[in-house]
Amino acid sequence: MYEARQEIYPREAKGRYASLRWLCVWLTQLAYYGLPWLTWNGRQAVLFDLTTRKFYLFGLVLWPQDFIYLAALLIICAWLLFLVTAVAGRVWCGFACPQTVYTEIFLWIERQIEGPRSARMALAKQGPSLRKFSKRTAKHLAWGLVALWTGFTFVGYFTPIKVLGAESFTLAFGPWEWFWVLFYALATYGNAGWLREQVCKYMCPYARFQSSMFDRDTLIVTYDAKRGEPRGKVAKDAGKSVNGGSCIDCTMCVQVCPTGIDIRNGLQYECIGCAACVDACNSVMDKVEQPRGLIRYSTDRAMTDGMSAQDIRRRAMRPRVLIYCAGLLLVVVAVGTSLALRTPLKMDVIRDRGSMGREVDGGAIENVYRLQIMNTSEQSHRYCIAAHGMPGLALATANEVTLAGTETRAVPIRLRAPHGAGETGSNKITIQLTAVDDPALTVSETAVFIVPR
Amino acid sequence: MSDFTNNFWNLYIVVLTVLGVLGCAVLLYSQSKYKVAKHNGPVGTTGHVWDEDLTELNTPMPRWWMWMFYLTIVFGIAYLFLYPGLGYAGKLGWNSAKEYKAELAKADSEYGPLFEKYRQQDLKAVAADPQAHAIGERLFLTYCAQCHGSDARGNKGFPNLTDKDWLHGGAPDAIKQTIMNGRHGVMPPMGAALGSDKDIENVAHYVLSLSGSAASDPIKSVFGKSKFSVCMACHGAGGVGNQAMGAPNLADKTWLYGGSAETIMETIRKGRDNTMPAFGDFLGEPKVHVLSAYVWSLSNETR
Repeated sequence: MYEARQEIYPREAKGRYASLRWLCVWLTQLAYYGLPWLTWNGRQAVLFDLTTRKFYLFGLVLWPQDFIYLAALLIICAWLLFLVTAVAGRVWCGFACPQTVYTEIFLWIERQIEGPRSARMALAKQGPSLRKFSKRTAKHLAWGLVALWTGFTFVGYFTPIKVLGAESFTLAFGPWEWFWVLFYALATYGNAGWLREQVCKYMCPYARFQSSMFDRDTLIVTYDAKRGEPRGKVAKDAGKSVNGGSCIDCTMCVQVCPTGIDIRNGLQYECIGCAACVDACNSVMDKVEQPRGLIRYSTDRAMTDGMSAQDIRRRAMRPRVLIYCAGLLLVVVAVGTSLALRTPLKMDVIRDRGSMGREVDGGAIENVYRLQIMNTSEQSHRYCIAAHGMPGLALATANEVTLAGTETRAVPIRLRAPHGAGETGSNKITIQLTAVDDPALTVSETAVFIVPR
Repeated sequence: MSDFTNNFWNLYIVVLTVLGVLGCAVLLYSQSKYKVAKHNGPVGTTGHVWDEDLTELNTPMPRWWMWMFYLTIVFGIAYLFLYPGLGYAGKLGWNSAKEYKAELAKADSEYGPLFEKYRQQDLKAVAADPQAHAIGERLFLTYCAQCHGSDARGNKGFPNLTDKDWLHGGAPDAIKQTIMNGRHGVMPPMGAALGSDKDIENVAHYVLSLSGSAASDPIKSVFGKSKFSVCMACHGAGGVGNQAMGAPNLADKTWLYGGSAETIMETIRKGRDNTMPAFGDFLGEPKVHVLSAYVWSLSNETR
């Protein structure tokens, strides 16, 4: 129950959508390869420091306690994907997915070394020769270099890339750095160089559930069968095929397809919406002096009902899309507000469990707490500790503590309440921490003060 | 080797694992022999039809995926061979206890020199060092606070470490000795030796009077004085205690279990048995050194 893979040699497509894809390649890769090299506050601007469990994102420092933001980020990504897919189909796959982007880069290298589609196919058919060997070696070397650089950059997000860069001259990486540089490089090389459309067809889960976001008004790459059929060889009176349809059966759309499908068979799960066939068909239509758009971005409804571009645009604003928009907006606003209001200071109050409350001179009652204080900002701060909630409640230990930037410390404190200040048993109190130099920097935690019988 | 009282469940798991691996291999092999007819265009269906026209295509999987399945079996066998999965130690001899020890050794080699530096210093000098103080505080909060409290002021039965009252001496070296080897303080039940309940009550009030407590009844105290001779062997003539044997000073206002007549009577009747565990073997001397300096500094002005 298996079959050997059929090699695909995609022809280069040129046109509006190909240019758009290259723009996406440039934007995403400039960001990916460039970000780790930026400096902010004297440190790497974007650094996920796993050893000290701190994520630096420009001015923002995220701690493990801020994990919720990762969840929020994933929710935003999901909503965005739903929204974009509902409106415009698999544009993520066709233009921004790393698999597509790296395949595009690797294909470009392949073209530079082995030549266009026909030359590549001929080279593949050829028996072993010095020419074939040298071309293949050059290609794999170039792929390998790009892959290694990609792996190196990847690790640069987790360990300071400038140190890593210095290490790379002497190959003095640590064991885990070696592993991830090579692993990520191998993954890039394998996925973009060898697996290509196999990832989209057999491995990518998104291909499997995209259809749940599709409806009849979703933009898809589609072949206008009404106009194209019956297809046939191009006739003398340029324009129509011998059989009368616009499709001249030149198979250009099949040759450029990176997943090797024939779009004229209708919407298929293998179609990643890259629109290479649109570009290819348009250039052919130009040549045979026919209007463009035999293969185009359109919707299922538009195809069957014959809608104009304007109607398609009007149908884009449907309940499903509006709900996705609302959900997205809600999460973005919530996350933005939460990030803006975040205080870079955290405190946990841990009551000593060994003793409930103890009586000291004059009948006053003391309770012991441990304050786990995290200064999550990058500056050193002096904090004032205060307690409220019972008359006369005060600290019996030092009420100030200084923490260096990003320091975490457990501070034992003793609270004292005068005789008769509270009920026997537990009393609700509040412990407050305020930065002396910045009163806005304040957190308070509720705790329990126990008055023994 | 086995965590179970007999070897049956161990064997049960081994058999299940081996059968599982073999089963996967056989299934995979038999399926790979099953050829799909050459086709142009859509492949056939499995013959299943749902909801009138929904059919399942009989699409063959890619060959490389087949190889991946075989590879996972090879990986699984190699893994079971190298690691303890089939009830024997595995070729690599790995186990989690070894890994834990290796991590401990790594941490020791990283922080060891720091503790070693302090170990070379006098305890009072260590106590004056701010970094050592911070380390000592963290050690205290981790290992000592459960009994003595985060603020080291103790609990009933657990001594307050911030005052000048010491059962076994408050000199830096005595504290270190206590943490290293632990202490075992025993007050034997003295009820029988003292006599009646009345006698016990009288002695308790005499004990209270030693520290000038207002709760002491002067008349009972006078009667109790003669009986106190039984206690002198340990607590001394004036009840001032003996640090050499860990007998508490009864002439101050510090009480380990409470200073009421009832509590003292209970102590006399039933005795007390108190243990401070030894931390020497667990923490190692260098850490105890820093910790001792911190504890000493709690009751002594160092800076």
